[in-house]
Amino acid sequence: MTDRRSFLQAAAAAAAAMPAASSLAAAAAAGAQAATPPPAPRPATSATAPSRLPPGVSRADFNKVLTAWRGTVGGDWVFTSDADVALYRDAYSPYWDEPEERVASAAVAPQTLEQVQAVVRVANQYRVPLYAISTGRNLAYGGSAPAYSGSVVLDLKRMNRVLEVSERNAYALVEPGVNYLDLYEHITRANLDVWIDPPDPGWGSVIGNALDGGGGWTASPFRDHFGSHCGMEVVLANGEVVRTGMGALPNSKSWQHNKWGYGPWVDGLFRQGNMGVVTKMGFYLMPRPEAMQSATVQVTRTEDAVPLIDTLNLLESQHVVNGSTQLFGAGASWSVQIPIYGPEKVVRAQMEYCKDKFAKIANSRFTEGELVRTPLDAATLARVRKVNFGVPDLSTFAMLGRNAQNPSPPGGHIGFSPIIPRTGEALLEYSKFYTDNLPAVSERGTLRFQGPVYMTNWDRTLVAMIMFPIGKDKIMNAKMRAAFEKWVQLAAERGWGEYRTPAVFQDLVANTYSYNNRSLTRMRETIKDALDPNGILSPGRYGVWPKHLRKA
Amino acid sequence: MRAATATLALILAALAGAASAAEPGLGESVYKRWCVHCHSSGRGNPGTESLRVKYKDSLPAVLLDRTDLSPQAIALFVRQGVLSMPPFRKTEITDAELAALADYMASKYVKP
Repeated sequence: MTDRRSFLQAAAAAAAAMPAASSLAAAAAAGAQAATPPPAPRPATSATAPSRLPPGVSRADFNKVLTAWRGTVGGDWVFTSDADVALYRDAYSPYWDEPEERVASAAVAPQTLEQVQAVVRVANQYRVPLYAISTGRNLAYGGSAPAYSGSVVLDLKRMNRVLEVSERNAYALVEPGVNYLDLYEHITRANLDVWIDPPDPGWGSVIGNALDGGGGWTASPFRDHFGSHCGMEVVLANGEVVRTGMGALPNSKSWQHNKWGYGPWVDGLFRQGNMGVVTKMGFYLMPRPEAMQSATVQVTRTEDAVPLIDTLNLLESQHVVNGSTQLFGAGASWSVQIPIYGPEKVVRAQMEYCKDKFAKIANSRFTEGELVRTPLDAATLARVRKVNFGVPDLSTFAMLGRNAQNPSPPGGHIGFSPIIPRTGEALLEYSKFYTDNLPAVSERGTLRFQGPVYMTNWDRTLVAMIMFPIGKDKIMNAKMRAAFEKWVQLAAERGWGEYRTPAVFQDLVANTYSYNNRSLTRMRETIKDALDPNGILSPGRYGVWPKHLRKA
Repeated sequence: MRAATATLALILAALAGAASAAEPGLGESVYKRWCVHCHSSGRGNPGTESLRVKYKDSLPAVLLDRTDLSPQAIALFVRQGVLSMPPFRKTEITDAELAALADYMASKYVKP
């Protein structure tokens, strides 16, 4: 154990000892050895006055707010120093270090429902905009940075309790700070025979991912994370608590059993929304399946993409194929993977049925994969894709980060994710659309995108994703932004809209959903104004702005 | 350059205020919660893969095997982030946890 004194005395030597190849370390080392010392940093105490004020809020009022919040959550959990607030920047911001970068003025981190209520009430009184995050790991979609610069981040990471896991009825009730790794560990420690459905990166919030429209990699319906939720607890802008579905019944015994409850269903208002702060949410879990087997079907004629997708759709609609299918290809060559989860005998029978169905496509090739029995032993788990077996990890960053194929990536990325019809015709049309427009949008190939990747992992949905590398180079980021905007516009002209997008493009995409003079957006604005008349909750999130911030 | 130095100074100042005697096993526990998923050995660890590509064979790819990373260097990377790895906020790793984590991860550190 390093004692504290030697820890501090080693400060200057530390940077010099860092590997020279590390740019961060080299920068620190060079700074430490400079003849002229850098300006003394402002001390990072909780009482530091923030450099930035929330828009429309006076320093005197903001000080009152901060004082009240410190009294509620404790001084250690109100962050106002530049260094602490910088931790809430979007590490993958397409506007990194530019004036348009969305940044916070401060952050506050309550631990209980009552603290959230108190924080929101004070914000509402002084009209301080808040931006709620669950764990802030929504990388590529804005991360922990607010949609409206100067908002205070309402960081719910400390609300990290797994409140209940029912093995018998296969559900969980969690708080926003619980991520997939946490929930998996909880279930594993308790030796419960249920699976979670992890998304690509397992460090994201279970609630946050669902509320942002995320999906995962096991069986239907669990991998539609919002679709498989059951019951919410929400704090409204006035501090009032609402429980949805059966949770509205005092002493309800079925909050996580029935999602609809009684009367109009309102949960959708909180998906990609800013109508309230979700503080609890229930989710259906998957009873551990006995086995999983996948197969790959390949076709080599362009026109066979049509029966390939039609057959896939039929098998999914019949619930014969229930796993997260994956579609690959371009030109004449297309292939689809069809995982099936269930009892071993049933899986084998379903696989035979699939084989027969796909055999009707002349010249198609059907290749059965290994049947994997559960629970997986360590050796098997080490060679499979963990998320397909309910085990969260972060291996997706091996593809997106530095690797042998891409030794100098810029670090971050954003995704353009339009939903196109789940038909072979649409697939071929999109493929041609991408190829035809690529030279112009990519500045004759000088901008390198990854894709398109065809995501079929939600039922009935085909998402044609293009990934854009994002880094700290302002010129390159500007080119990527321009290309992103161009893809959004070109796709919208064809009737293809995005399902989810980074915060800085949420207005752009919202404006493509313009049917009948933006009637859907206007309806949402009416609801927003009624529920949050002072417009304090996550202004601008997914293009929904409160009255005082809407453009004429 | 100045920004990096200022950040280092802030981190050190914050760590100085952290608990002087860390709870036994805290550093390892924080490592297992946040770091092991990317930086351990074996297949599918993006941090290890990234450092293997970066350093080739000149330095170990697994962070716990490194002898050149001081606790201060580790703390800087955690709070500043690097490449695809975003910084970690204080609601994820507190200053006291960061001090313990840095000590744990630098257990093989050899002062030059």
